[in-house]
Amino acid sequence: MTDKNWPLYEVFLRPRNGLSHKHVGSLHAVDDEMALQNARDVYTRRGEALSIWVVASKAIIASEPSQREAMLEPSDPERKPYRHPTFYDIPDEVGHM
Amino acid sequence: MYTQALSVESTAVKGAAEDANRVARFQARIDADERIEPMDWMPAAYRQTLVRQISQHAHSEIIGMQPEGNWLTRTPSLKRKLQMMAKIQDEAGHGLYLYSAAETLGVSREELVGQLLAGKAKYSSIFNYPTLSWADIGAVGWLVDGAAIMNQIPICRCSYGPYARAMVLICKEESFHQRQGFETMMALARGSADQKAMAQDALDRWWWPSVMMFGPSDKDSVHSDQAMRWKIKRFTNDELRQKFIDATVPQAQFLELSIPDPALKFNEATKHWDIGPIDWDEFWRVVKGDGPCNKQRLRAKQEAHDQGAWVREAAMAYADKRRARKAGTRVAAE
Repeated sequence: MTDKNWPLYEVFLRPRNGLSHKHVGSLHAVDDEMALQNARDVYTRRGEALSIWVVASKAIIASEPSQREAMLEPSDPERKPYRHPTFYDIPDEVGHM
Repeated sequence: MYTQALSVESTAVKGAAEDANRVARFQARIDADERIEPMDWMPAAYRQTLVRQISQHAHSEIIGMQPEGNWLTRTPSLKRKLQMMAKIQDEAGHGLYLYSAAETLGVSREELVGQLLAGKAKYSSIFNYPTLSWADIGAVGWLVDGAAIMNQIPICRCSYGPYARAMVLICKEESFHQRQGFETMMALARGSADQKAMAQDALDRWWWPSVMMFGPSDKDSVHSDQAMRWKIKRFTNDELRQKFIDATVPQAQFLELSIPDPALKFNEATKHWDIGPIDWDEFWRVVKGDGPCNKQRLRAKQEAHDQGAWVREAAMAYADKRRARKAGTRVAAE
């Protein structure tokens, strides 16, 4: 068997201008060019995209689930409710704010 | 297409080595309808069940191209040919979405394809039946894809994120397949007497295998309970089968075709259609490799894989060469 694993790429599509690219899945390709071609064939058969991004999966730097607490807990709304507009009581008479 | 809820050769992984607290926390997340993502901790048995189910599902899509491809060069019109090419492309796409989803669980594409080629992996046994006439293409779209949709829509809410997301993409596309199939049947059913007879013949041969696609009856289904607790499965095989029957019987009546089941009867009390007994011997025979086309399907897949080997090698060699050349140019420029 001469088959070896082809590099993995992640695919992102922008459905229309005004929206950001969104992750839709992944695929294997030998190089960037083939990844783009395969992304078109596999993920856009019905006008799903105006723009395609492909990124080698190994190039993505991701936060560690095991570090979630240390990394992301500080932004928990329950810990820092004062960062949210609903924390502040404004009398009804003031009107919409 | 789809995978049937089947666990013929599963070896249950013992959860004993796993921390009971962790397992309980995991189940609590599932119970709270949270989704599990690839990097999250999960019990080994959950992972194994998903790898088996998603890869069976992917293999089904890939093998499912064969019975359709059988008629691709012999469609009655160019319009039908374009539709079929689009449908077959979709099946390939579905297979690829699903292999990608399975890979997020830590198996490689090559490993999964290797299991299929070695005959160690299952795929939906419906594809071991032959497509003998053009009408079979209509029946496959209407019944087989119809059954697939019944099974797949609940999987859009599966607890494992990548599988659920792949299924959302697939369900959107599958709806075209079923409508295309029904319309093909309708053209035949409203055509000449010979054409109508073709449609009836196709329904006669595809009805029972389609009903069996939902897998063994609940009382014989090996892993159903656990899969339900993990929210990999949301309805039992028999529940889904009944939904399919209730949806399909009126469609057959609309086509003025008769369903090949003398016992078929509307049950006024339950408001469901009751069917006659299912030939489970036939089901297990086909699952275990003795269907009309099991050997042919695997052989064709193996041939396609072998004949594509030089293409895969050439693509890799070309990419390596271009990388080397690029690196060389950079050195020369510096």
